[in-house]
Amino acid sequence: MATLVSHPDEVRVISKRFGQGATDIDRYLQLDGYKAVQKALAVEPDAITNEVKNSGLRGRGGAGFSTGMKWSFVPKQSAKPKYVLCNGDESEPGTCKDRLIFEHDPHSVIEGVMIAALAVGSNTGYIYIRGEYRYLSVIMQKALKDAYAKGFLGKNIFGSGRDLDIYWHGGAGAYEVGEESALMESLEGKRGIPRIRPPFPAVVGLWGGPTVINNAETLAAVPHIILGGADWYAKLGTPKNGGTRLFCLAGNLNKPGVYELPMGYNLKKMIYEVGGGISNGRSLKAVVPGGSSTPVLLPEEIDIAMDFDSVAKAGSMLGSGGVVVLDDTACIVKFALRTMKFYRHESCGWCIPCREGTDWLEKTLTRFHAGAGTKRDIDNIYYLAENMLGKTFCPLGDAAAMPTMAFVKKFRKEFEDHLDGNPCPFEKAGAAEPVLA
Amino acid sequence: MRFSDEFEARFAEMLTHYPTRRSALVPTLLYAQDEVGFMSDEVIAELAQRLDLTELEVRNVISYYSMLTTKPRGKYNVQVCTNIACQLRGGEELFHYCRKRLGIGHKGTTPDGLFSLEEVECIGACSWAPAVQVNYDFHENLTNGKMEQLLDEYKNKLNH
Repeated sequence: MATLVSHPDEVRVISKRFGQGATDIDRYLQLDGYKAVQKALAVEPDAITNEVKNSGLRGRGGAGFSTGMKWSFVPKQSAKPKYVLCNGDESEPGTCKDRLIFEHDPHSVIEGVMIAALAVGSNTGYIYIRGEYRYLSVIMQKALKDAYAKGFLGKNIFGSGRDLDIYWHGGAGAYEVGEESALMESLEGKRGIPRIRPPFPAVVGLWGGPTVINNAETLAAVPHIILGGADWYAKLGTPKNGGTRLFCLAGNLNKPGVYELPMGYNLKKMIYEVGGGISNGRSLKAVVPGGSSTPVLLPEEIDIAMDFDSVAKAGSMLGSGGVVVLDDTACIVKFALRTMKFYRHESCGWCIPCREGTDWLEKTLTRFHAGAGTKRDIDNIYYLAENMLGKTFCPLGDAAAMPTMAFVKKFRKEFEDHLDGNPCPFEKAGAAEPVLA
Repeated sequence: MRFSDEFEARFAEMLTHYPTRRSALVPTLLYAQDEVGFMSDEVIAELAQRLDLTELEVRNVISYYSMLTTKPRGKYNVQVCTNIACQLRGGEELFHYCRKRLGIGHKGTTPDGLFSLEEVECIGACSWAPAVQVNYDFHENLTNGKMEQLLDEYKNKLNH
């Protein structure tokens, strides 16, 4: 069980039931549970969607698309059944927030799926949880069973005359499945090979039916929005970025942990105050602001608001909320290599630029970190990455390319320090042999 | 071939959750692996038959997912994360330590069949790095000393 932390600047919405025993359905009910869905049952579906739209809630999985907008793309009439799919395949390196939601407040996710289903006119939802999170699947399966036992799910929910089923589903180890079209393939019992879009899932999704796919944190926010109102939620954040989000502070910090902060919270403050500053008395070298696929920021670039638009303006992305902090003892080439090793491992090989690009980049970076690189390699790394951008079915190729290009652009000098047989300047003499052979 | 009653009950229920039988495949494979230890030929044939798939289709799916394996593993699969957040806090050193302590490399198994070792990708414990999963159990904020203790605990578990 992951340790919980707290900071006075936190605004607890998603995390307000953490540590409160809310996995127990009766406790959840005491803490305002399943009130939002009853409120939603009393209004027109469009009113729910509008409320979510007006709240400024944007996808917490990383893309930051307006949740209400996404729901509004689902056709009203459909010959095929409509579905709601909760993406709990959390696997972007640096991200460990959905895990806490499932662990402490599984019913909030169920309730979020229910409200989404009411908004788009669906009778079936799925909650997909990554295979490694087995203990969370146990929690979720029990939570669903309890919700059925109370009559909140199944036939005629809350006596409304509406039927609604929600099922658990589990993965078996695959980062790429966190991408929405690959997620659907996985749920259909296949390899997680991405689908080409259009058509978008909102029109043609699971088994060909219109499908809303939202991140677990996004859905967990929905009941709070319905109960507290769009205005209240929107005002917690910045004008185009409503609410709060869970930020996973990781890396060389004194107080790493998952903190819920308002959208737009200053990154510098997040690192030095919330995260307690750089550990071991070291100084800051770089920050990866939103999971491993987001371009790195330099210390002089971190005085920014952590919302989707401000981070984009700074040349990176807010992503999945995983803030990874590097101190001055970290080797950027090694870090870039580890990042690329991950993407090479996770690339499904369907799109050639990603399959070949990640493989060549890992090989080049390995050679480079070992001191066998040449000056030409530096440009070649950038060039290989650049040629993956926008050339793949799913964003995995981009996710591998974007951080790599930023590492080369912002830390060229450090790459040059590894040239011509020079050993990595950051490896301590007599350190263990490199893992990445 | 018969699995545990719990498996059979879950499997039967899961089939009612989807419009196609195949959809139950991925989670079912993992639950089957948990019982048998690996994706044996027998398991593959059995699940293919139950879900109206060819064995090749099942093998295709197995090869995509990193948790599924067609080779037997040790009783305790020690999965050390060395991805970025863990790397910055000693994940690689921890992996080296495990290699030395267990005397096996990546995807190796000790001769007594007790431990397997794996260097894995991000397991979602970034704020509590470095982290390890032994089978499904998370162990976080580790040091070499804590790791030694942990391995001993697993070893002793078997003797009691």
